[in-house]
Amino acid sequence: MAAEHTFPDSAARLAAGAATVPDEFQPEKMSLSMGPSHPSTHGVLRLQLEIDGETVTKADPVIGYLHRGDEKIAENMTYNQFVPYTDRLDYLAPLANNMAYAIAVERLAGVKVPPRCEAIRVITAEMARISAHLMGLGAFGLDVGAWTVLLYSLEEREKLYKLFEELTGARFTTSYTRIGGVTRDIPEGWLGRVGAFCDQFLPILEETLRLLTRNKIFMDRTVGVGVISKADALAYGLTGPNLRGSGVGLDLRKDKPYSGYENYEFDVPVGTSGDCYDRYLVRGEEMRQSVRIIRQVIARFPEGAWHATDARRIFAPPKDKVLTSMEELIQNFMIVTEGPQIPAGEVYFEAENPKGVLGFYIVSKGGGVPYRLKIRSPSFCNLSIVPKVCTGCLISDVVAVLGSLDFVMGECDR
Amino acid sequence: MSADFLAALRSRFPQAADRASADHPAVNVPLADVVAVLKFLRDEHGFDLLMDVTAIDWAEGANPRFTVVYHLLSTTRSGSYVRVAAPCGGNDEAPVAPSVTSLWPGANWHERECYDMFGIRFEGHPDLRRILMWEGYPYHPLRKDFPLAGIETELPGADVVEETGTKVVAAPMAGGPFVAASGEINLSEAEPRAKDESWSDRVARPDQTPLRQVKE
Repeated sequence: MAAEHTFPDSAARLAAGAATVPDEFQPEKMSLSMGPSHPSTHGVLRLQLEIDGETVTKADPVIGYLHRGDEKIAENMTYNQFVPYTDRLDYLAPLANNMAYAIAVERLAGVKVPPRCEAIRVITAEMARISAHLMGLGAFGLDVGAWTVLLYSLEEREKLYKLFEELTGARFTTSYTRIGGVTRDIPEGWLGRVGAFCDQFLPILEETLRLLTRNKIFMDRTVGVGVISKADALAYGLTGPNLRGSGVGLDLRKDKPYSGYENYEFDVPVGTSGDCYDRYLVRGEEMRQSVRIIRQVIARFPEGAWHATDARRIFAPPKDKVLTSMEELIQNFMIVTEGPQIPAGEVYFEAENPKGVLGFYIVSKGGGVPYRLKIRSPSFCNLSIVPKVCTGCLISDVVAVLGSLDFVMGECDR
Repeated sequence: MSADFLAALRSRFPQAADRASADHPAVNVPLADVVAVLKFLRDEHGFDLLMDVTAIDWAEGANPRFTVVYHLLSTTRSGSYVRVAAPCGGNDEAPVAPSVTSLWPGANWHERECYDMFGIRFEGHPDLRRILMWEGYPYHPLRKDFPLAGIETELPGADVVEETGTKVVAAPMAGGPFVAASGEINLSEAEPRAKDESWSDRVARPDQTPLRQVKE
């Protein structure tokens, strides 16, 4: 990494400029509503901008257009029924959300899943990370005028979706995990196809990144734009590539390993200046690291059970047993109607998702339904810094900043 | 691993009590000490990331009815967490808690969300507005007395309402995936159905118009 360098703070520059003008000559401000349906706002974010010519003097994000009340819904259904709702948080990486939710509930229940299940989850989460970063990269390129990148990245993402479909039955809304395991074991030969994907993906990734990394236009649009200092990134609770782009090497897969991440070797890329360009570089490198993790998982894929075997009141028994044995039939009935039986208590679990740290805080009074379930969504926290970063930017820089923050409104609004 | 800062915390704030927790170190503190405790943890024990601010509604009749919960993460102590909880002050209609935006500007949105969903007033918050629901929405939806189905409400923007005739209507719950109540399910009533029993296919809606007549 290059030596640490700093860029001038755009808000400070703006204030310094305004201070040189006497009050009676202060320019008239215009109010501009950007979104909720604007191509650069990646969904339904609305920015209420106050502008002076091309310069943004105030930015107020208006969110909630996609609010579905997921936390209220969670209080009214069993733990397993909520899994499909987690798909729809960060809908670009549903497998990672599924895993984070399942681990949170398992921690509360004290259930330990076997190594094969952990390996399946790690491999799906890393594939989800690649697919989410591909989309983020393509959309970021598109935002700053590099249309070609999206064509490359969507093609690769499509290959991943084929693999997801083979594994889970769905391309997009996978609902793959259950409390205490996953819905089904990996199909025959699937690992080989994932390995083959990785082999052909790396050269294409290099080619795709080459379109941007030393691209003069791309660098002009991103280097020194949307700078987030280390202190600001921490103060606003940024996580994931946005935090690492600002130079804080926090990665929960390393710092608080879950699901067996401690068994794999990978590096955590960290930026130096915290501008849009650094966040882009971090995402690019994370994809390479994900491939590295996937290859290690495939190389020593554990045999054995793919779900918890000692959790009779939590994980539903296999279907053939349900249809032939009274005991298993009753177990299955109880788990479906009353939900997995989770003891009273509270748990807070966070997983390192593609967009940042996704946390679940679950309060249980016992039984099959959570009393309170709070979703700590990374996009929500990452967006809360927008008023600070965008003040003093040009309008076109706002587009670059939003693209580099790589948020998903489904997760932000819940 | 965790004992050092908990012991330091307890000697500095004798009022802090252990909170039952199976995962991370957790403390209950009086509302008045929240800001001081969080500042202490941030400045002297390296808990530099405020991950989450949220609240729990213990339902009507509980005392205290609302608890605010903070989760801190340390980037320097290799990912340790601490949970700080405090009972809210004020009354059930307008619970209050101190704002921690002076410590972490990122608390701004978390507290706005808490205010929006639970109606907790964070004292000292620079801009306590609704964040997920619209300005002027009359309820706090995550409170336990708010029905899952929602409540019929006027939409903002009188001109739009006049033009389109739309409003927020309660969702039909009968036959939905929702189960009875957390932790206290009666087996004979375990058939999945709406938790909101104020109206269903058998019970008339609160406005007394029967939803659907069931012929016995």
